[in-house]
Amino acid sequence: MTEVRRFHVKSLARVEGEGSLRVRVVDGAVEIAEFSIYEPPRFFEKLIRGREIREVPDIVARICGICPVAYQLTACEALEKALGITVTSDIRRLRRLLYCGEWIQSHALHVHLLHLPDFLGVESGFALAATHPELVNRGLRLKAIGSRIMEVVGGRAVHPVNVTVGGFYRAPAAADLRGLVADLEWALVAAIDLVAEVSRCDFQGVPRDYDGVCLRPAVGYPVDEGRIVSTSGLDIDAADYDRHFSERQVPWSTALQSVMLPDEKPYLVGPLARVNLCRDRLPPAARLAAETSGLDFPLRISSHSIVARAIEIVAACEEALTIARDAMADISPCRIEYVPRAGAACHATEAPRGLLWHRYEIGADGLITGAAIVPPTSQNQGMIEADLKTMLPGVLGLDDAAATLACERVIRDYDPCISCATHFLRLTLDR
Amino acid sequence: MTAKPRLAVFKFASCDGCQLQLLDVQDRLLELAGRVEIDHFLEASSRVVPGPYDVGLVEGSITTGDDVERIREIRRQCRFLVTIGACATAGGIQALRNWGRIDDFLAAVYATPETIAALATSTAIADHVPIDFELRGCPIDRGQLLDLLTAVLLGRKPHVPGHSVCMECKSRGIVCVAVAKGIPCLGPVTQAGCGALCPAHDRECFGCFGPSESPNLVSLTGLYERRGTPRESLVRLVRSFNAAAPAFRAEGDRLEAGE
Repeated sequence: MTEVRRFHVKSLARVEGEGSLRVRVVDGAVEIAEFSIYEPPRFFEKLIRGREIREVPDIVARICGICPVAYQLTACEALEKALGITVTSDIRRLRRLLYCGEWIQSHALHVHLLHLPDFLGVESGFALAATHPELVNRGLRLKAIGSRIMEVVGGRAVHPVNVTVGGFYRAPAAADLRGLVADLEWALVAAIDLVAEVSRCDFQGVPRDYDGVCLRPAVGYPVDEGRIVSTSGLDIDAADYDRHFSERQVPWSTALQSVMLPDEKPYLVGPLARVNLCRDRLPPAARLAAETSGLDFPLRISSHSIVARAIEIVAACEEALTIARDAMADISPCRIEYVPRAGAACHATEAPRGLLWHRYEIGADGLITGAAIVPPTSQNQGMIEADLKTMLPGVLGLDDAAATLACERVIRDYDPCISCATHFLRLTLDR
Repeated sequence: MTAKPRLAVFKFASCDGCQLQLLDVQDRLLELAGRVEIDHFLEASSRVVPGPYDVGLVEGSITTGDDVERIREIRRQCRFLVTIGACATAGGIQALRNWGRIDDFLAAVYATPETIAALATSTAIADHVPIDFELRGCPIDRGQLLDLLTAVLLGRKPHVPGHSVCMECKSRGIVCVAVAKGIPCLGPVTQAGCGALCPAHDRECFGCFGPSESPNLVSLTGLYERRGTPRESLVRLVRSFNAAAPAFRAEGDRLEAGE
């Protein structure tokens, strides 16, 4: 007799945006494991066509309320390439600081409020606050410090207003930047403690040799630039992204799924991929925290991502601290002027959740004629499904509720940002 | 009060940034969590308790047929329903599709558009069900959100100003970007709430908080046009994150029609 089991999670909790999960097991064999994104699309690439260059950073920020800076800065760098301008090293450093703030607040949110409840067997960060108040309060303070950096440099934490093509509208006051130092010194110590604590979690999941993909810059940890590299040996310029990766539409999702060519294989982006591929580039305290975590690298279980995020909070605090301490005077100029002209260019950065790739085309009238955006969650979708298929046979002995929770946990390991994933476009440009 | 009020948070088409503000209130978050039962907040908790709820916060705009059904059910389940943010109060940036053809948008993004369910428009929650209060902004302001929740807990009126960003700007002593720098700014016609954030950063207000009470857009855009800003540029200025808010929509359409 054929035995069919179905698990269906209609609304995944503790993820950003709206997704669901459908699993069908026939005679102990996993037939379907679909991580479905049903969040309605918002058509960003289409609606920025016909807009002015300077409007792009404000508009693409609205793709994601958790990682707006990733969208803003990727767009700025791509548009600056298309316009043939280069920003100063001072502007670049402030952009790194802003990006560090976003990493700190996004990772601190996920680690403490969304992910840790899974390891400690509770339903939410609110419930965790009752049993582990010091842990949650530390997490909220870390998050607030990340948000504070975004406010000082970007004007506000959700959808910063100070970011523009060419730099910043107004130079953040050097005194305000130095004012971040005391909080960041606390944050650095707190984050180092966090790495030690989360390294002792009970990591469930099946070990896997992930094919990770991330940026690798000439120097430093990957944040705002670099070549795209992979565990399997890829090493390409961001301009060649669409020759090595492809997006496909699947009927169960409003997000397109990315695969690596030529074999159309799923791949991993995000903190786990970055820490595995660029551990040698971590700043000293973060590297030491990784080395003394007691874990073997490369990390091979999806739930290890909580450690990778904690290590990256350390790295972001270290780098932010260096930049804040060195802020002796307001930067001048804070913005490089440009003359609108026709052109096209692409750029990739590392959003908190992984590789983020943008391409823009500008018409002769200085208006945007085409855009393509590939966010991290759409790239991880295939890997999430592959992980589910691998782990499911091991949980089939559990009752439906426990098996479903195990599936949900795998999805949360990836910190999917569904809002980001549902509005991107194959590279078809209006001419 | 014998039982703690029951709070629910719902999401439609949006970026999550407004409900994120609820998680960004730091020490106040756990205090709040102690004063209300957070019974439906998918982004933050696996604990889902069926309604009815005392207070419902709704983020996002209505963009699918299913959304229309879902918001009606949410309205039935919530005693006090508050829309939060530009998507919920005006349709958001995705309402720009209201000026195009939905088939063009679908075909531009998806290879097989027939599997995607999407309405031709992105509309405000209040276009579908009556609401009790709205918090403007793209994103909403944390302080206003906390004030609203406090007001609901205490049974008082929330302190949300109806005056313009221009007033906030003057009270902060910021040099006017429109007068001193000739930058077309929506501050005179945009509702206060951000603290004149953009003018404080030497740039124009682009209307995150939507139209203020009795805005005179015709006069303002007329001034900018006489000073040399092209009409197409002014259409874009009023058509952004609150493009479909009635006053901004009417002005964009008037300018585009060449009236």
